[in-house]
Amino acid sequence: MIQSTAAPSAAAASMTVALAGNPNAGKTTLFNFLTGLRQKVANYPGVTVEWRSGEWQTAESRVTLIDLPGLYSLETTSIDESIARTVLEGGVAGVSRPDVIVAVVDATNLERNLYLVTQLFDFGIPVVVALTMMDTFEKRKHALDTAKMSKLLGVPVVEMNAAKGQGNSELWDAVLSVAGTMPKFPLHAGDQETESENARIFSRYNFISGVVQASVKHYDRDAHRFSERLDKVLTHKVFGLAILVGVLLLVFQAIFTWAAVPMELLEQGFGWFGDLLRARMSQGILADLAVDGIVAGVGGVLIFLPQILLLFLFISILEDTGYMSRAAFLLDRLMSRVGLHGKAFLPLMSSFACAIPGIMATRTIENSRDRFATILIAPLMSCSARLPVYTLMIGAFFSGQVVFGFLSIGAVLMLAMYVLGITVAVIVAFVLKRTVLKSDPAPFIMELPPYRVPNVRTILQNMYLRAWMFVKRAGTVILAISIILWGLMYFPRSADNASISQVEVANGGAPLPESVQLQNSYAGRLGHAIEPLIRPLGYDWKIGVALIASFAAREVLVSTLSIIYNVGKDENEESDSLIGAVRNARRPDGTLAWTPLTALSLMVFFVLAMQCMSTLAIVRRETNSWRWPLFMLGYMTVLAYVGALITYQGGRLLGLQ
Amino acid sequence: MSPVFSVSDQLNFSAAKEVRLSSLEPGAEVQVVSVEGTSPISRRLKEMGVVPGVSVRIVKTAPFGDPLEVRLLGYNLALRRSEADLVSVIRQPRSK
Repeated sequence: MIQSTAAPSAAAASMTVALAGNPNAGKTTLFNFLTGLRQKVANYPGVTVEWRSGEWQTAESRVTLIDLPGLYSLETTSIDESIARTVLEGGVAGVSRPDVIVAVVDATNLERNLYLVTQLFDFGIPVVVALTMMDTFEKRKHALDTAKMSKLLGVPVVEMNAAKGQGNSELWDAVLSVAGTMPKFPLHAGDQETESENARIFSRYNFISGVVQASVKHYDRDAHRFSERLDKVLTHKVFGLAILVGVLLLVFQAIFTWAAVPMELLEQGFGWFGDLLRARMSQGILADLAVDGIVAGVGGVLIFLPQILLLFLFISILEDTGYMSRAAFLLDRLMSRVGLHGKAFLPLMSSFACAIPGIMATRTIENSRDRFATILIAPLMSCSARLPVYTLMIGAFFSGQVVFGFLSIGAVLMLAMYVLGITVAVIVAFVLKRTVLKSDPAPFIMELPPYRVPNVRTILQNMYLRAWMFVKRAGTVILAISIILWGLMYFPRSADNASISQVEVANGGAPLPESVQLQNSYAGRLGHAIEPLIRPLGYDWKIGVALIASFAAREVLVSTLSIIYNVGKDENEESDSLIGAVRNARRPDGTLAWTPLTALSLMVFFVLAMQCMSTLAIVRRETNSWRWPLFMLGYMTVLAYVGALITYQGGRLLGLQ
Repeated sequence: MSPVFSVSDQLNFSAAKEVRLSSLEPGAEVQVVSVEGTSPISRRLKEMGVVPGVSVRIVKTAPFGDPLEVRLLGYNLALRRSEADLVSVIRQPRSK
């Protein structure tokens, strides 16, 4: 294996090496160890599978290292597996066919890991086996004869210890020794073509059994069951569930409460920066675009970063330690009732804080249909952006009222909104899994990997990658929509409009109030245009304008209503002047614009409607197509309309106001 | 050293009674006889090492009775009852 002269270094420089292995085999750690930070993440064209590639730098030269998705097999139909197959066949544009495959094999779990190795033999590419978890293996008083294993497998076998930084040069030598050679494997795909599926799988395991028996000594596979002892508590029928609830509450608390502090700071920072910019620039469209369009738009994107970073900190820790599979194990029964995977629980839970990190968290769900179903219902979880809307409505129309002598109607309504969201989500998931996302039941079959201490570097890297991807991919879309919405509310300038100029004259030449500008903008006209459509829900055109503006983000409803009722756009949802303006607003015919029933109808609308461009942008990003975000927008708008219609008209039939 | 396991399509298990993996209580130690069918689930089970001759121990059931956790080939696997239903096993003799 030391004959590193087998391939000239010029050839080595342009070499491509693929890293293949089971999930949890230590592949990511090895990849990080070999490439350092010289790596990038990309999507395979047209699909949602991500792949990472990096530069493996050794003393002599550099090669491109491709990290394949974690695989148990290469012959089934999951998307990860077909992508991996295509890469190994050289069928992905822009990725050259690997010259060597490094098979990452967990030494503590040899048989199942070697199964994949026997499948890698079928591609006619030289294979090198990199053994990981050797320290644990030896701690369990096992011994492994690597020379013998190498001989029986017909490929070099190298012991790695990424944590201690050992094995890099040995692995490199092994790769060079086989590069460009015609591999001779002890198991041939050609021999098996006529055999049944069963016979193929069995003969592979038979071969593996022989290899393991001959090369491993003192094999006591049940020694040191640390993880099982830990699981006596962590997946216990009572304690396990209690701990899980605690963990989920901690995650929820973090993204709901802790993230609020940096989010507030970011918001203030952008506000301050906007003011500074406005002071520095000359008045006019450019300044307005820069401050109200671009800075506000970018700020609206970056404000989600604390939540995303915190959620991915937790998700990475939960995944890396092995706890995530236990959570799925504990909750699968509940989730499978609605046709979802146990792993859908955490993303949905996170969506109560914000659907964006929640949707990004669905990556842990392997089956794409299960994942899409989870993504599609995530925005129905009542997120924190809806709270200002609920608060304003309750403050204006239901404050101080109690039922049963002690229960405040506000609290009951608030809870009812959460319950409504969850109920509708369950029904939608149930329907989706039987129609649009119908498929054979996806296997749950899932490894419960041994508990491990998480790797700090992997966690930080994961947080960084997720955050960066959010800013880069979703940010561009969000910025574009922000500018469009800004334009809708900004143009045409009221000053251009003769009849409005008279208002200004009547106003004593004072600058036009923002409410007049907004009423006459394109958004205002749109509000008028949709009035016949929303009247059955109990809304007038002013509420229509606020609905249009709140497509950007739900909480924008509050500032838009402030502008339109001319109480100043900096009023918040608890402001008395805004609450008073909403209570006393009148339609042209003199009737009140708002009744408690209108408020209820609007709350129901906000529970069910897709009013968050950031969510749409991230769904576009995560599903790699506009089809799903548009479908989401469509079905949620219909639900919201119907829900609000039933609330308003039903309420009127019952004699409510 | 006794063999780790020996895979075969035609093991002679006639002496013992075949039962479904899903019907067993935690703690039971069994040997796989066959996995039914050629569905993706059946195939995934076999690829994960649930093949004839392999020893399996039922570790526990999840709080709501489903899924199951089993241990085989030195690792722990979670599977739904409906999936375990495909696996025929015989109880392993206690003697080593």
